[in-house]
Amino acid sequence: MADLASEFLGIRSPNPFWLASAPPTDKAYNVNRAFEAGWGGAVWKTLGEDPPIVNVNGPRYSAIHSNDRRVIGFNNIELITDRPLQTNLDEIRQIKRDWPDRALVVSVMFPMNAEVWKKYVPMIEDTGADAIELNFGCPHGMSERGMGSAVGQVPEYIQMATEWAKAAARVPVIVKLTPNVANILPPAKAAKDGGADAVSLINTINSIMRVDYDTLTMYPTTDGMGTHGGYCGEAVKPIALNMVAEIARTSETKDLPISGIGGISDWRDAVDFLALGASNVQICTAAMVYGFKIIDDLTDGLSTFLDDKGMSSVSDLVGRAVPSVTDWQYLNLNYVEKAVIDQDLCIKCGRCHIVCEDTSHQAITHTVNGQRRFEVIDEECVGCNLCVSVCPIDGCITMRRLDDGFDPRTGQPISNEKADWTTHPNNPMRKSS
Amino acid sequence: MPDIRPNRISREEITENFSELHPPLSHPEALIEADRCYFCFDAPCTTACPTDIDIPGFIQKIRSGNLRGSAHTILSENIMGGMCARVCPTEVLCEEACVRNLHEEKPVEIGLLQRYATDPVLDEDTQLFSREAASGRRVAVVGGGPAGLSCAHRLAVLGHEVTLFDRDKKLGGLNEYGIAAYKTVNNFAQREVNYILSIGGIAVRNGVTLGKDVTVTQLRDEYDSVFLGVGLGGINQLGIEGEDLPGVENAVEYIADLRQASDKGDLPVGRRVVVIGGGMTAIDVAVQSKRLGAERVDIVYRRTFDQMGASDFEKNLAKTSGVTIHPLARPLKILGPGHASGVLFERTAPGEDGSIADTGETFTLDADVVFKAIGQQLRDGVLEDGSIKMKSGKIVVDNNQSSSLAGVWAGGDCVLGGDDLTVTAVQHGKVAAIAIDHYLRTRENGYG
Repeated sequence: MADLASEFLGIRSPNPFWLASAPPTDKAYNVNRAFEAGWGGAVWKTLGEDPPIVNVNGPRYSAIHSNDRRVIGFNNIELITDRPLQTNLDEIRQIKRDWPDRALVVSVMFPMNAEVWKKYVPMIEDTGADAIELNFGCPHGMSERGMGSAVGQVPEYIQMATEWAKAAARVPVIVKLTPNVANILPPAKAAKDGGADAVSLINTINSIMRVDYDTLTMYPTTDGMGTHGGYCGEAVKPIALNMVAEIARTSETKDLPISGIGGISDWRDAVDFLALGASNVQICTAAMVYGFKIIDDLTDGLSTFLDDKGMSSVSDLVGRAVPSVTDWQYLNLNYVEKAVIDQDLCIKCGRCHIVCEDTSHQAITHTVNGQRRFEVIDEECVGCNLCVSVCPIDGCITMRRLDDGFDPRTGQPISNEKADWTTHPNNPMRKSS
Repeated sequence: MPDIRPNRISREEITENFSELHPPLSHPEALIEADRCYFCFDAPCTTACPTDIDIPGFIQKIRSGNLRGSAHTILSENIMGGMCARVCPTEVLCEEACVRNLHEEKPVEIGLLQRYATDPVLDEDTQLFSREAASGRRVAVVGGGPAGLSCAHRLAVLGHEVTLFDRDKKLGGLNEYGIAAYKTVNNFAQREVNYILSIGGIAVRNGVTLGKDVTVTQLRDEYDSVFLGVGLGGINQLGIEGEDLPGVENAVEYIADLRQASDKGDLPVGRRVVVIGGGMTAIDVAVQSKRLGAERVDIVYRRTFDQMGASDFEKNLAKTSGVTIHPLARPLKILGPGHASGVLFERTAPGEDGSIADTGETFTLDADVVFKAIGQQLRDGVLEDGSIKMKSGKIVVDNNQSSSLAGVWAGGDCVLGGDDLTVTAVQHGKVAAIAIDHYLRTRENGYG
């Protein structure tokens, strides 16, 4: 079995799965249960100044469900911890003492005032916590008070607060980024410039889940009024993966260790994050939907996967897919694929035909010689992968590369030389080749 | 002495035995099942549906929480969508065509979803249809079964005035008098009839028998057009010795008595029951006899097991209910004396061309009751001799259900090509109504 033991910024944990700073890590009771279940680490729910904030006394969460009530997306308006600072510090100290082999990181959120950071950071460090995570991500509530994503959206503030934290801290400092920005790279660079040891991402995304179809108010509400929350869960994973990969493949930021967060529900999601450049992962929603027991599948699945790939540790996997991520302009325009439908697997639902016919390239038949039959018309197929995406049968439609002869659609010969947009004749800005 | 008596088993057992065969889907079950529909292009299930219901369309509306829209999608093609959801042999129609059979052999439960969508409309008496402007035209519909009711409803929606004649006390035809009790509980047939009539414009005249109280000629004179959905009221006879003995009964009559009984325990049932026939009626009477407490029930059919008219589901239902099916045997004689005591059969052998041959080998099954379930025919004297073209004892119609007699349409079991299914009869009635509407609105008929 592959060894899942993980080291992130020198912090050891028995596996790379940490609970993210969120409701599951608000109290010693919960964190204790998580560690009993086998979680590798936890980032304590964000601490702030006393007096503690207050939460609403109505709905904090809501979800987007599939028809069988599987939670696809999740939203929250909970603020940072609403317990006194000292209570949290005492519990953190005790948990670290009880679970010395687990990673215990403390998330913090303070106003943009150097003195405040100077006062509190040493108190937190004194608990024995392994690191501090700066919450520059929460997009709801706290951002109205100039914290959370209000900081994370302004690179200068990120750098400034990171510098204050680093000046006061001896343990590593992780900066947690908000995805509510146009480009994740400036915030990541600011964190690096401020001296951050690592970044973690993503925090939640601004969101309103839906309306109430009876009252025609937004849903949920607190006494008839609602506010946007932070969106998470499996629906946000692709957004998170892109941001992780951007940081991992950009020269100015690629040396920043990344703790990947966003919609990780099973071990395959973790593989996505690790292969795209994260060194470990943090999880919240899946635990809030299923409880802590999901750690069994996460660790067992990842370990089995590493074995199957002949990898002996998680670090063998980290960043493996990063070289495959590039800009559109560098994609090989001479590469040609066509869809192929396996007639033995085809159940003849016709979804591939109707979506291609209605919305794409009219490249799939519905009748051949009077029989209900779905075949790709190579003369029309642009290789777009839509049919593969909608086919209900895994493996029934695949993409096949054309590597010689002509593309029956364009009549052009297949070239094995790479040619991208940068040199394409239609590109007014093309480089001379 | 024949052993025939009521209350062979306790009332509790009878109640349990006649509880609903397929309980309805709960809300979560329906949503999960609806999610299994692939929303196929040119869906094979719709093609397989005799009434052309847009099945992926109504399932999508269940999925999206638009239950009333879903019911409208169903009922606008098949006003008896509720009954068909209960009695259609879906395993040889929509569900057989479901593409999920190809990779998991478990089709979407279309019948149960159809019931889920349509039940609330009847429960809450939600009117989904409105009538077009009055045409001033009058149509006689004879027969208040599925064909007649379907035709009457569509004609009423299209603005015509309908008079619906039926020989029985209640409307519904075989839905009311024929279908096995455990397929349609809680008086569903009458509730559906009431829903259909609630559209308005349908005057009902019960207790009128065609050929006796009124003739087709009279109806043609009095109305602008006529639809015949009279079913097959005559019983096919065995034509063997002993057929007239007490204890030899017509399956359809016994089933009707069972459906109308206020207390099923009061119904006399034989200890040993022999059913002759291989269709749905044979299965229905056999299974219901068993469920009323008959000790031994045998179905005997002259052709092969596969050639039985009953579907595989029905045949399995019979087997799992404890009924024994004996294919390849024909009755020679019903044994007496004085009362049926058994049936003498001769084994048959299947020929290569589908025919059967006698083998000379005989056997006897003891019986207290013998049911004849070898099919029905048009009742004698329903139609005036030679007035309408017939074939194989049934009315010949074209694709629009039009008979050879101008102004007369027909549908359901009484027409050639009818297949004993409620859903087919509903389609006949619908198609006929659309054709009648067209006929009434064409210029040469002085309208439109």
